[in-house]
Amino acid sequence: MKNIKEEKLPVEKSELVRFTVNGMTMSTTLTKKFRNRRMWTRPDEKQVSSFIPGTIREVFVKAGDQVQENDRLLILEAMKMMNVIVSPITGTISKVLVAPGEKIPKGKVMVEFE
Amino acid sequence: MALAKHIEELKKKREEARKGGGDKAAEKQVAMGKMLARARINALLDDQSFQEYDMFAQHEARDFDMAKKVLQGDGVIIGTGTIVGQPVCIFAQDFTVAGGSLGLMHSRKIVKIMEHALKLKIPLIGINDSGGARIQEGVNSLAGYGEIFFRNTISSGVIPQISVILGPCAGGAVYSPALTDFVFVVENISKMFITGPEVIKTVLGEEISMEDLGGARVHSEISGNAHFYASSEIECFDQIKKLISLIPHNNDVKAKKLEPKPPCHDCQIGDIVPDDPAQPYDVRDVVKAVVDSSDFFEIHEHWAKNIVIGFGRMNGITCGFVCNQPLVLAGVLDVDSSDKAARFIRYCDAFNIPIITFVDLPGYLPGTDQEHAGVIRHGAKILYAYSEATVPKLTIILRKAYGGGYIAMGSRHLRADFVFAWPTAEIAVMGPEGAANIIFRKEISEAENPEEMRLRKVQEYKEKFANPYVAASKGYIDSVIEPEETRDILLHALELSFDKAVSLPNKKHGVPPF
Repeated sequence: MKNIKEEKLPVEKSELVRFTVNGMTMSTTLTKKFRNRRMWTRPDEKQVSSFIPGTIREVFVKAGDQVQENDRLLILEAMKMMNVIVSPITGTISKVLVAPGEKIPKGKVMVEFE
Repeated sequence: MALAKHIEELKKKREEARKGGGDKAAEKQVAMGKMLARARINALLDDQSFQEYDMFAQHEARDFDMAKKVLQGDGVIIGTGTIVGQPVCIFAQDFTVAGGSLGLMHSRKIVKIMEHALKLKIPLIGINDSGGARIQEGVNSLAGYGEIFFRNTISSGVIPQISVILGPCAGGAVYSPALTDFVFVVENISKMFITGPEVIKTVLGEEISMEDLGGARVHSEISGNAHFYASSEIECFDQIKKLISLIPHNNDVKAKKLEPKPPCHDCQIGDIVPDDPAQPYDVRDVVKAVVDSSDFFEIHEHWAKNIVIGFGRMNGITCGFVCNQPLVLAGVLDVDSSDKAARFIRYCDAFNIPIITFVDLPGYLPGTDQEHAGVIRHGAKILYAYSEATVPKLTIILRKAYGGGYIAMGSRHLRADFVFAWPTAEIAVMGPEGAANIIFRKEISEAENPEEMRLRKVQEYKEKFANPYVAASKGYIDSVIEPEETRDILLHALELSFDKAVSLPNKKHGVPPF
């Protein structure tokens, strides 16, 4: 939160913050959602993460394997569906971070590429 | 003789106007990988069909030395023409003239062509390539934007409005495309955002490139602001031509009917849906197996892929398809897929396009992030859109139709005209596992071997309820059909309901969930 100077002004019970947009400065309060927001980070194309919580049912690849785009990597069971996770890129797998039977949360990195 | 002199003068003036921002600016535009505004119009419209208006428009700004500046056509080209024979109104911002910036005259020209489109009831196409408001014209340029947004809104549901983003479209300017029906973007060329990377960096300290913030891919895959993604301007124009050929040109008429054509031979419908309800498949294969020439024109192909929407023809008649996609996220409804489907349903309803729904979904996506993102109000949009739609509504339940998802996906209860189910359909209040655990909780917990009892009860429930026959016995579905019968039955139902007349209670307008 660079350049947002938290500044307590003599306004009772409120937490005013100084904001500068396009050279205009204003004092305001922030919402909880805004305070808790995550900074944007570039998604790593070399990682395949789970899009939904579920259970790993099958893993078709291991470290060192060469795969083509759209090749099957593993099966993630979620919402009563055997979701086939395919490779987003053509490349060599460096790590497989899940094993059959493992229950995983959303956003867990399952496979990494070199 | 005297006349020849006048004609000569006109020719010279035209030539001058056609130069736009001059050779240097044109070279720059081409170096950026972009086509020139007039070339874009000519590539999109039928050959020789473009008729330009307000070619000699000039701004009247006087502040900041503007009086000395000549801006050809004030940075925008407007006119009429045809696309595959269909008359359209079009404007194209010319980035070579003062960066395509929008001043008062520029906006007046756009407003003029918008009013033509609304009066003549023909589609409006806007090619956006502009640095934004012309700062030197101050509040006049804001007024211009406002007038455009107002007309976008008033024309909504009357004529199709198409926005093509072929350059920057930033700040307030983005709201015109956002108010239109279809937004087209092109790789590396389109940029859309409310505040640019610079402002984001100084205010929030976040560093992001223009492409990562508002490039073509971002709006096609993440934000959902764009409906069509192309890798070149020419491909983009082909997509627009295809769209224009499929949709009715205003809300009084139906889409042009073409010669009926059967689906392709190699699209066999029987082998697509796996027997095991836990196995995914691509629902687009089902659509291709029923539509004419197996030609399905998908919209929002890269966003909220757990639902598939698009146009296809059934015996020459354009229909809108709404389908759960088991291949992605198990085909669940969530915030984005609800928004995607609901708006499309409303588009079809506004423009007299019958809606065909293919159902196969486990329900709404569970999760804190979904609940906190407002899946209740977003999910409600689908119910609202289906209920309100008075066009023919035909529904086929392919496999799973559970709980709220069953109701939402064009069910009889939301006034589908015909509902059919394949023998593989499972229509019930919830999945066998969940239902058995609740109904037989006591038996399971008190059994000697609870796990064995649980499995038995799940199996019992599955056999009794995970089929289409309970719903069929109550008339909630009209018949259980073989997959091979799907196209013929849909064609029959479409013919029957094509001219259906339904009236809703008189009101100014509803208050849909947003």
